[in-house]
Amino acid sequence: MTTATASHDDHHHGPEKGLMRWVKTTNHKDIGSLYMWFAFTMLLVGGAFAMGIRAELLAPGMQLMDPHFFNQLTTMHGLIMVFGAIMPAFVGLGNWLIPMMVGAPDMALPRMNNWSFWILPFAGGILLSTFFMEGGAPAFGWTFYAPLSTTFAPDSTDFFIFGVHLLGFSSIMGAINIIATVLNMRAPEMKLMDMPLFVWTWLITSFLLIGAMPVLAGAVTMMLTDRNFGTAFFDATGGGDPVMFQHIFWFFGHPEVYIMILPAFGVVSHIIPTFARKPLFGYSSMVYATASIAFLSYIVWAHHMFLTGMPVAGELYFMYATMLIAVPTGVKVFNWISTMWRGSMTFETPMLWAISFVFLFTIGGFSGLMLGIAPADIQYHDTYFVVAHFHYVLVTGALWSIIAATFYWLPKWTGKMYNEGLAKVHFWWAVISVNVLFFPQHFLGLAGMPRRIPDYSLQFADFNFISSIGGFAFGASFILLTYIVIDCVRNGKPATARPWEGAKGLEWTLEPKAQYHSFNTPPSRKLIEQESQNS
Amino acid sequence: MKRLTTLLSALVGMMSTNVFAEYGLNMTEGVTSISHDIYDLHMMIFWICVAIAVVVFGAMIYSLYAHRQSKGAVAAQFHESTKAELVWTIVPIIILVLMAIPATKVLIDLEDTSKAEMTVKITGHQWKWQYDYPEEGISFISNLAQSHKDVVEGSDADREAVGNYLLEVDKHLVLPVDTSVRFLITSNDVIHNWWVPEFGVKQDANPGFINDAWAQIDEIGTYRGQCAELCGKDHGFMPIVVDVVSKADYAKWVSEQQAVAKAAADSANKTWSKAELMTQGESVYNTNCAGCHKKDGSGMPPIFPAMTGSPIANGAAADHIGIVLHGKGGMPTFKMLGDADLAAVITYERNAFGNTGSVVQPSDVTSAR
Repeated sequence: MTTATASHDDHHHGPEKGLMRWVKTTNHKDIGSLYMWFAFTMLLVGGAFAMGIRAELLAPGMQLMDPHFFNQLTTMHGLIMVFGAIMPAFVGLGNWLIPMMVGAPDMALPRMNNWSFWILPFAGGILLSTFFMEGGAPAFGWTFYAPLSTTFAPDSTDFFIFGVHLLGFSSIMGAINIIATVLNMRAPEMKLMDMPLFVWTWLITSFLLIGAMPVLAGAVTMMLTDRNFGTAFFDATGGGDPVMFQHIFWFFGHPEVYIMILPAFGVVSHIIPTFARKPLFGYSSMVYATASIAFLSYIVWAHHMFLTGMPVAGELYFMYATMLIAVPTGVKVFNWISTMWRGSMTFETPMLWAISFVFLFTIGGFSGLMLGIAPADIQYHDTYFVVAHFHYVLVTGALWSIIAATFYWLPKWTGKMYNEGLAKVHFWWAVISVNVLFFPQHFLGLAGMPRRIPDYSLQFADFNFISSIGGFAFGASFILLTYIVIDCVRNGKPATARPWEGAKGLEWTLEPKAQYHSFNTPPSRKLIEQESQNS
Repeated sequence: MKRLTTLLSALVGMMSTNVFAEYGLNMTEGVTSISHDIYDLHMMIFWICVAIAVVVFGAMIYSLYAHRQSKGAVAAQFHESTKAELVWTIVPIIILVLMAIPATKVLIDLEDTSKAEMTVKITGHQWKWQYDYPEEGISFISNLAQSHKDVVEGSDADREAVGNYLLEVDKHLVLPVDTSVRFLITSNDVIHNWWVPEFGVKQDANPGFINDAWAQIDEIGTYRGQCAELCGKDHGFMPIVVDVVSKADYAKWVSEQQAVAKAAADSANKTWSKAELMTQGESVYNTNCAGCHKKDGSGMPPIFPAMTGSPIANGAAADHIGIVLHGKGGMPTFKMLGDADLAAVITYERNAFGNTGSVVQPSDVTSAR
């Protein structure tokens, strides 16, 4: 694209017409929208799987499906939610927001940007197509531990491996693009410590992606050769070790969970100051805390593996390192609360989501700390306590921040306001039902219900019943969310350029609906300072 | 609806600890020193978390109440304090160190299996447990009880009637009370995990490797657990039941089992009639094979092939014995069964379901091993 020249070619003024606009687009806003809609579609697909799981678990006995299909559902629910919904949604937010926040006209590598999106529907399609293959979809859990995923897996596993490789390509390209954009395309007058926290958290997340995704690719490649080419990386009869698979998987997997939460921290660090009408407390400590969490995420992986037969010294090390993560995470929570403290708060929908994020994510943090205590983990490990824990951090953490961000920036994306009354109804519906869904799972886990079982003993019946009812209500809330977003796009009242009184950031200096090409000339130092979170 | 009312009354009555116990809201205290230690540790961390939550959420809720625009709050503009940042970095570190000290003690204790007085080897199979007493020469397999398999797709009343639904097996593991037992845990196929909550023992069973754990059980009784690592289709259907008995009862049980083992070894040396093989074979089949190949031999094609008309069941006996002994792809090995049981089940598979295969004798299996 020759956006730098001032030639008056119509092609450069607006988007192309019709379907090919979306196929050929290199515009960060278009690609951001594609990512968001893709992620939302996958959220509904993964949610439908969850509804199937909760329906089978509504009552004891097998009513709706056989155990093998149940395992396929839990596996695909996890994979689709992690790789299809949460990660693409954050990349979509990054695409939409990062260029506007750093005063850049677009992403640094726009054509690669197009490619990294368009890989996703194919990767997702390959993953989902395994349901229709002989032997069914992968049924070994989203963690795909060998040898259940190698020697004992259905043939469709090779398609799963190909799908994961594609998803990895897409994520790595997305990460490279964000690093290149932030470091090279940032407005010349913007210093690193002027950058909004969402940009900071995404920059750090990108380095996690680049470090972790190749490890995942290595793990699935070893699976592929174990399955098809006679190697024995994970097979003890050939001199391999199944536990090595878990080391490799979690060396990817632990950074991965921070990949899904660091951008969420960024989002919340924008919303809380806006509606508290008060600058973000401790900007620089937020940046340092994010970096520390990212660093620690690389050296704690084996806390997922306390029961694999690790030596005591290993268990002690991983327990201490894991406990340390509570410190920078705590700093973040304290900073958010200090931002609210003596502010002048109002509670528009994005703020409601952000506040409930702080509450519920912290609950997930507490259960995470408990899980990190190696001896206690003996009783928690692989029970519903773990299920409750990671749904509190991923649903009421990561997903909550994505929904908060959607309401917060929707006016800037569409130039229109959503229906505030309806959005509040949706918020209360979701926040109540999600707790009915996941809170009883703590009790189930402590009482001894293992995860990933399709049927259970009768003493677990009551809490499973409550949890399923909460699950159905929570699932239904997404119908209302879909309506609110579409209603905003179609019939929303016009928004102002800065619809939130206390909002800071370069994106709010653009037109009410951010123009297709923004910041063709970089913002001035004065404007950057005015809009900086680090004031 | 009935469930909903019981539940509501339970929630109302939650103040009383009885209800806590009945509805299983908290971790079990268990019956071993390890499980007590873990419980104490769990409660300590829990209350620390509650205390932190009260302070943090308290401050937040107060702020949400007091510092709102509708109450006329005017925003202050402070946004930095190195002192505050230092305080809320250092105070949590101190709390964490205080938590780490008891956690370290418990961890070191529970990993020390050197004081064991006896050993039980536990092997996970898809989807059953095998228990070996290497010193006593006892070995048996423990499956989900048939009466429970039968009601998985039955009515609620059936499931209530069987008692301990899904937590009952055909042969219990038997251990003596007040004895330090070392468990050696391994697997024959995929990764399983042997978990009895009341012992505080949960350990992965890795194929090709042996893990260990120990427990000294203080109280006579029956304790139940489950496999805790996803191990395939019937992961939810491989429970663990342990009878802890007095030392005298245990000695009696050991001599009984040794007699049973001797009888089984003898039966492998004799020649069986076809009718005997078929009767024995049907029970072995229903316990070990029907989970995948179904009671009526219809299987779940294409993952689990049908027995009816199977080229293997109707083909050469040697191939059939080979596949049952050594497994193939998703089919696990069954070499842990006795020669007589294997001969019976293979004969049954070759002659039931309309199949017309040959009869297999225990000696055929012995020589094929």
